Amino acid sequence: MSALRGARLTDPAAEAGWGAQERPRMGFFTDTSVCIGCKACEVACKEWNAIPEDGLDFTGMSYDNTAALGASTWRHVAFIEQNAPVGNQEAGVARAREQVAQVEEAQGAQRVDLGMPGIGPDPAGGSQDFRWLMSSDVCKHCTHAACLDVCPTGALIRTEFGTVVVQEDVCNGCGYCVPACPYGVIDQRPEDGRVFKCTLCYDRLGEGMEPACAKSCPTESIQFGEIDELRERAQARVEQLHGAGVTQARLYGEDPGDGVGGAGAFFLLLDQPEVYGLPPDPVVTTRDLPRMWRTAGIAALGLAAGFAACFAGRRR
Amino acid sequence: MSPEVTREGPQDDRPGREATVGSAGGRGPGGDGRWGEGRRKRRGRRGEALMVPRAEFTSYYGRPVIKEPVWEERDIAGYFFLGGLAGASSVLAAGADLTHRSTLARTAKVGSAVAISASLVALVHDLGRPERFLNMLRVVKPTSPMSVGTWIVSAYAPAALVAAASTVTGKARPVGALATAAAAAAGPAVAAYTAVLVSNTAVPAWHDGHREMPFVFAGSSTCAAAGLGMLGASLTDAGPARRAAVVGAMTEVVATRLMKARMGVARETYETGSAGRLMTTAERLVAGGALVGAIAGRRSRVVSAAAGAALMAGSACTRFGVFRAGVASAKDPRYTVEPQRARLASGAGSTQQSHA
Repeated sequence: MSALRGARLTDPAAEAGWGAQERPRMGFFTDTSVCIGCKACEVACKEWNAIPEDGLDFTGMSYDNTAALGASTWRHVAFIEQNAPVGNQEAGVARAREQVAQVEEAQGAQRVDLGMPGIGPDPAGGSQDFRWLMSSDVCKHCTHAACLDVCPTGALIRTEFGTVVVQEDVCNGCGYCVPACPYGVIDQRPEDGRVFKCTLCYDRLGEGMEPACAKSCPTESIQFGEIDELRERAQARVEQLHGAGVTQARLYGEDPGDGVGGAGAFFLLLDQPEVYGLPPDPVVTTRDLPRMWRTAGIAALGLAAGFAACFAGRRR
Repeated sequence: MSPEVTREGPQDDRPGREATVGSAGGRGPGGDGRWGEGRRKRRGRRGEALMVPRAEFTSYYGRPVIKEPVWEERDIAGYFFLGGLAGASSVLAAGADLTHRSTLARTAKVGSAVAISASLVALVHDLGRPERFLNMLRVVKPTSPMSVGTWIVSAYAPAALVAAASTVTGKARPVGALATAAAAAAGPAVAAYTAVLVSNTAVPAWHDGHREMPFVFAGSSTCAAAGLGMLGASLTDAGPARRAAVVGAMTEVVATRLMKARMGVARETYETGSAGRLMTTAERLVAGGALVGAIAGRRSRVVSAAAGAALMAGSACTRFGVFRAGVASAKDPRYTVEPQRARLASGAGSTQQSHA
């Protein structure tokens, strides 16, 4: 636990007992600026990992009907519709609306609202600015993983690739990891009882293959590789975008000094993390655990002392 | 659209992941980017509601950031109460034995044995795979309060059961005395570790109370055990229970108030909804029970029993209130995002922002 107090953990796999076996830590860099929201990653993940269907719902909030990561959703593409520009790019939304209005007037036609985003009244009042943010979310495979720390059975393990994986033959479904995850990734499959999450395709990695989602991504928004190389690539990419005028571009989760010691799956975002449903400053809960144990020890001693005092108070 | 390859090399090659998104178009950096006639009047306004409700913070369609606990309230909040009752009762039982208060000792020992037995049933029942409950004993992990708790309870439960059996049957008294002492030694840990268990999560109403939660739980456990003692022991034997009730109630009320005061926005979850009602009821019941017990408890068996029952009910209300506050704080992204955003704004964030 001393490692949780400030010190940087550069090689989580070696610290977890794999030893220095020259195997680099693997992870994802998800560059959301080139995500087109095709959801190929969601499908590829479901197919490869044989994940059961978990609800064909219509959320009514956007083109995102997957809604969130969960026990049976290990990749989730978020869709955010904004009246904001992407760098210097012009969306031409107002002109499009103008043209639609002209057609309506000429033909006396009326638009029918089918509940799809972007059809209602123009919320920006004729603004030119419009963008879709799309981002494929995934388990962060934290350097300091709360799920792994709190697992009482040892079902959650650190693999030789530095990733975090649930051993399904060990998990007894205690559910502790679920509220422990600061990102809300891992969840219990109700009909099964056990918890499930992204394995970073542990089985494929063992064969030298890249994870199914990265393999299927048509725009290379999901990039798989060695963490160190991905960090360099991410830094170069954010500088490139800043140079192109996309000043909102920022990296999320790549900093080894953050509250989870750096994520094994990090992102390039075009807005604040919470817009994508990500916590802005996640902290592994076990960072405060040594202090909690001390406090509980004092409280337990206090309880015993309190009772002792009540008996010592007046002898019969 | 694959690149066309000619004698001059590849033509129309697409930049792929190097695509400079956002650099296209006629708007220069700093330009206002307007074209056409600029803003035009809105028409056809039909007054639909915004997709995302306006709020001071932003979120992804109001969806929660973290997952709410999957634990069954009856099982886990119930266990927090029963485990606390059992652990504190074992301490009370040892004191009663040492001071020869036989009815108090008997009540506390039987109570702790029943409570810990019910706890084990609830804990196994709550597992997604109950048949695998023994997997809890595969490892010893100080980073997992549930693992530590499993070992504490594994040591405690047999002792509590033997202590009760010996008292009820009157047999094997030396073994019973040893078991009573062992249960009393492990009891405070049983009562307090569950506070660490809930605090050691990303749930704002739980984690943000981690400095005070052990005292809330220890106080609540003391109230429950004292209440049971007042309910079951003779008036002459119940003196220490009445005094313990005052100590427990004061600890619980002060620790809870302190916890809420130091918590930040998540305190709202302890003050609103069903969690708020449970916490208010809990405070009234434990304070009232302790007060009535201390003033009038030694004169009337009925008053003593009523005060004891109020203390136990108050203790249970606290645990269910804490549980529900946690669930409520997990459901609303505001309680996760706002404190983290404030932390970053104050420069105390755990991330050193390397990019503006």
